[in-house]
Amino acid sequence: MSAVEAIRSIVAKHGKLPVDVATLQDDADLYAAGLSSFASVQLMLAIEEHFDIEFPEDRLNRKTFSSIKAIAEVVTELSEDQQAA
Amino acid sequence: MMNIHAHTPNIELTARARRVAAVAASHADSVDRDGRFPAEAVEAMRTERLMGVQIPTAFGGEGASTAEIAEICSILGQACSASAMVFAMHQIKVSSLVTHGGDDAWHQGFMARVAGEQLLLGSATTEGGIGGNMRNSICAIEVDGDTCRLEKNATVISYGDQADAILITSRSHADAAASDQVLTVFLKDQYTLEKTHVWDALGMRGTCSDGYVFKGEAPAVQILPRPFAEIAAQSMLAHAHILWSAVWYGIAADAFAKAQAFVRAAARKSPDMTPPGALRVAEASSLLQGVKASIVAALEMYEAARENEDKLSSMSFSVAMNNLKIASSQTILTIINHCMLICGILAYKNGTPFSLGRHLRDAHSAQLMISNDRILGNTSNMLLIHKQDTSLLG
Ligand SMILES: Cc1cc2nc3c(=O)[nH]c(=O)nc-3n(C[C@H](O)[C@H](O)[C@H](O)COP(=O)(O)OP(=O)(O)OC[C@H]3O[C@@H](n4cnc5c(N)ncnc54)[C@H](O)[C@@H]3O)c2cc1C
Repeated sequence: MSAVEAIRSIVAKHGKLPVDVATLQDDADLYAAGLSSFASVQLMLAIEEHFDIEFPEDRLNRKTFSSIKAIAEVVTELSEDQQAA
Repeated sequence: MMNIHAHTPNIELTARARRVAAVAASHADSVDRDGRFPAEAVEAMRTERLMGVQIPTAFGGEGASTAEIAEICSILGQACSASAMVFAMHQIKVSSLVTHGGDDAWHQGFMARVAGEQLLLGSATTEGGIGGNMRNSICAIEVDGDTCRLEKNATVISYGDQADAILITSRSHADAAASDQVLTVFLKDQYTLEKTHVWDALGMRGTCSDGYVFKGEAPAVQILPRPFAEIAAQSMLAHAHILWSAVWYGIAADAFAKAQAFVRAAARKSPDMTPPGALRVAEASSLLQGVKASIVAALEMYEAARENEDKLSSMSFSVAMNNLKIASSQTILTIINHCMLICGILAYKNGTPFSLGRHLRDAHSAQLMISNDRILGNTSNMLLIHKQDTSLLG
């Protein structure tokens, strides 16, 4: 499963979106799709657990969770960094 | 030629606020007793041209900083909490225009009108069925060509009758998710307000926070160009929690000044005996300093973050601003209660130089003005992932 697919299934499970995640493009705005700040934390926790990464402070903002693509980019970057470390 | 207003010194602004405070103080009891709008104080704010101070000089304001606005809130809070809260709520709305409307012709023109005509702005975020969860709306704005229309069950709009314009939240369109919101400016002649509740409350009686059914129709260009989620995170959160806290600090500081005067008078009468209230004054002084320090720290944090969207929408910033609101709203009650114990029956009774009933009642609104439980709920959720900075200076 690619990172994007894994993220999609986590968003579907924990994002509490009022729409079907399958209908969203990778770059669709998740906040416009109904992602609340409350649910975004649940999403972060599930992503940290799944990818065994930790979001550093400077990534804990709206931008990181603005779309599936944005999440995937941060996850990829952190996976590389945190494995190298 | 130099624009003198661009460099209006702090002292000058403070002097203007003090003149307004003198007017507000002389009507504070009648405003409270009759639950009436503090018309004299707001008129004085207009005379001193305080409504537009935060607006950039390019649009006819004075470009006052958040710290300067907070100082005015605190000065007014020491005179009349309701007048101070009206001023604070107005300035919170102005901050959203200044932060998010600056690139947009209609909102630029509107800012110039606010400064030029000293307009008073009201706020309608609270909605029947949603309560204080202002990041969700039930009502939706309908955009039809160049026109927008909105109907909202706005259960609390402070000074709704007196406002010259109302900034109101809604979903961005009929099919939008509850959190996909916009903020729209409606001018007084573009809406009707049908009163559903009259504000007859424990305290903050002069804010006249009645409930209404709001119905408005306006040119669609009056919708702020940024999503409300950004507005809430980048200008409202900080301004609301800082300016409210400054008002609350003012209420507590005035109570403290009375309690200290009470104890000093007793000490002068019997210089050889420390009055019994002296220890409590020392305790209240420490608590008051804590509130003041929290506000000053939040102002510094906001100034450091304000040009940086990432910082403003970060969890550390939200947690810090939420913490300020929780701490100041709770601590002022403890302080004012101490002051009541110090002054005793003269504080409990109305109409004495040491009366604190109004202070105590007004201060009780702080915990409900966006429920502390709701705020703590949000913070606790963020703290599941955000690691609090444990450094002293960082
Ligand atoms: C002086 C004053 C002036 C105001 N002026 C305005 C104004 O001009 N415009 C405006 O729009 N609003 C205004 N308000 C409204 C205010 O900001 C709040 O939105 C409103 O008071 C919240 O109402 P509520 O307590 O019924 O709702 P809720 O926020 O729904 O809270 C109700 C109760 O439920 C509990 N609760 C609900 N949800 C949660 C949760 N998620 N977690 C934990 N506990 C929860 C809380 O303990 C709370 O006591 C004003 C309020 C005051 C006091």
